[in-house]
Amino acid sequence: MTTPTGATTDGNTSRPGSTSDLADNATTDAPGDPGFRGLSPGQLMWRRFLRDRTGVVSACVVLFFVAVAILAPLISMLYGKNPETHYGQEDVSLLTDSGLPTGPNGGMSGDFWFGLEPGLGRDVLTLLIYGIRTSLVIAVATSLLTTVIGVALGIAAGYLGGKTDYLIGRVIDVLMSFPSQIFLIATMPVVTSLLVSPNEKNPGWLPFVAVTLVLSLLGWMGLARILRGVSLSLREREFIEAAKVTGASPMRIIFKEILPNLWTPILVQSTLALPAFVTAEAGLSYLGVGVSEPTPDWGRMIADAANYLRTDVTFLLFPGLAMVVFVLAFNLLGDSVRDAFDPKTNR
Amino acid sequence: MLRFLVRRTLGALVILLIVSMVTYALFFAIPADPARLYCGKTCSPENLALIRHEMGFDKSWPVQYWNWLSTIFSGGTFNGVHCGAPCFGYSFDKKELVGGILADRFPTTLSLTVGSAVIFLIFGIGTGMLAAHKQGKAADKIASSLSLLASSMQIYVAGPLALWALCYSTDLLDLPTYIPFTKDPIGWAGGLLVPWIVLSLIWTANYTRMTRSSMVEQLSEDYVRTARAKGMSGSSVFMRYAWRGAMGTIVTVFGIDLGVLLGGAIITETTFSLHGLGQLAIQSFIDSDLSLLVGVTVVAATLIVFFNIIVDAAYALIDPRIRLA
Repeated sequence: MTTPTGATTDGNTSRPGSTSDLADNATTDAPGDPGFRGLSPGQLMWRRFLRDRTGVVSACVVLFFVAVAILAPLISMLYGKNPETHYGQEDVSLLTDSGLPTGPNGGMSGDFWFGLEPGLGRDVLTLLIYGIRTSLVIAVATSLLTTVIGVALGIAAGYLGGKTDYLIGRVIDVLMSFPSQIFLIATMPVVTSLLVSPNEKNPGWLPFVAVTLVLSLLGWMGLARILRGVSLSLREREFIEAAKVTGASPMRIIFKEILPNLWTPILVQSTLALPAFVTAEAGLSYLGVGVSEPTPDWGRMIADAANYLRTDVTFLLFPGLAMVVFVLAFNLLGDSVRDAFDPKTNR
Repeated sequence: MLRFLVRRTLGALVILLIVSMVTYALFFAIPADPARLYCGKTCSPENLALIRHEMGFDKSWPVQYWNWLSTIFSGGTFNGVHCGAPCFGYSFDKKELVGGILADRFPTTLSLTVGSAVIFLIFGIGTGMLAAHKQGKAADKIASSLSLLASSMQIYVAGPLALWALCYSTDLLDLPTYIPFTKDPIGWAGGLLVPWIVLSLIWTANYTRMTRSSMVEQLSEDYVRTARAKGMSGSSVFMRYAWRGAMGTIVTVFGIDLGVLLGGAIITETTFSLHGLGQLAIQSFIDSDLSLLVGVTVVAATLIVFFNIIVDAAYALIDPRIRLA
């Protein structure tokens, strides 16, 4: 049997949610045992997750990226460079007349570990670690926003049904028919102009907020559809009916009865959505409509590097590899979270 | 079936109306002179006045939208150029009819889509079926790991890397260009080979994963077990039972993907400087060429909606349990 990550699990000890869980519970559940302590679903999930080696490793990689993002100022202080200074223009010997680093491999040296950016001559390593911040802030904010919208509209459609369901369903249909990439590009200036009047100078937070809003606008439908389906089936269950009969208000039913049953799909879907937002954000910057200079950004680094392919591929390798590793680890983590929460899922 | 098609087509028309209306409204939400938007960046004052007059930009956007919509059915004359129905308007930036530009660009996107779709369908489904057949064995593990790695690649990473590895540093393959198939079939394939490889690499990975998981799911179904129990050979169970069951999912996803791809692969076309619909979309956006952008958007949305209907109809043919009521 294989896990969805492609790695085999070693025998039934690591098969998520199978016999070993039951065995653990059987010993602790023994009747009359004074030390009886049941496991909460969260604990069970955590145990299954810890047994999934791929999941743990990818979680470590993701945590490493997060730590680098948080500690970026500290790292750049110790390393003695920052992403704003144009080192290549301050020290003429670093760049040739055509703007390429004089040293081999993109100017990698003891001073500039990952080399220098051609043209402006900024330090690639600090651009890279500050770039994680840009990606992560936007991806996390977008995930939170889409989750809130998706949960609210999904439950509203599924639980209230009728006209609400019809209306939300049609809105989703229309949004799904939009060519999403064209629309992401087209809505960027609109959102920007709604946030700041054209005469004002653009504040630093503007691109972050604009990209987050644009990605959220077209990013919530998947979750809403899933949650609609789940709450539709929950609505018919006995415990909801019992709550209704005892006179619980709709708000109470939604928050206390339905929502707790939706945490699994919500958490799984948002973990899987996060890497998609990372790549979408980088894609916008790659096309030149995302986060703009001087904020460091991987997508823009890749786009800039593509101009120097004929001379040196090094500029592409660092942001490209970082991106692939980051997304791969996140995808693997998402798969593992899904398995840990939902061991029955057959994939 | 006929009732289904009629109903879905009507629904699709409503959706397209909304999409075009939103696109239109969106562009009037940008604080800029709409005439200047139509006129493009290099715009003379006379040209601007002409456009204002011709397009009636003093009117509110709903009126203008209505004019645009009625022009589709009735045609019109722009800048001395007659445009018969269906008329998508006139690009004052490119001084051409939008319909003509779209028709010029579509073959590139079509070639890109068809070529990579053939590659990723063959390799994706093939590898996925192999992995499902050898479930848990080495072949499965290798296929699953590789497809996971490839599906974490992005076109904007894989594309420039492939350009560097195959074209700039080694001269193995030609630089991407579009040569019409009718003119030179071999040059057509040669010029698009690198984009096909890159585009299909990522899609192959997705189709491998999808095929594998739906085959594994089908193989654990009761009817497959029954077929095995009554002594059917492994290969006919695999092909005639499991594959037929898994095909529904694959056809659905493929139909939807095809609609999206035909609407223009923006990042791929930008990376390889191919002048297809996707590149046209971003170009018209940069040039603030509203009529062109609305045209591209509506064409892309039409393709998405159209293929969704095709998928639903095809689904009923593949899976007799589903009836289109």
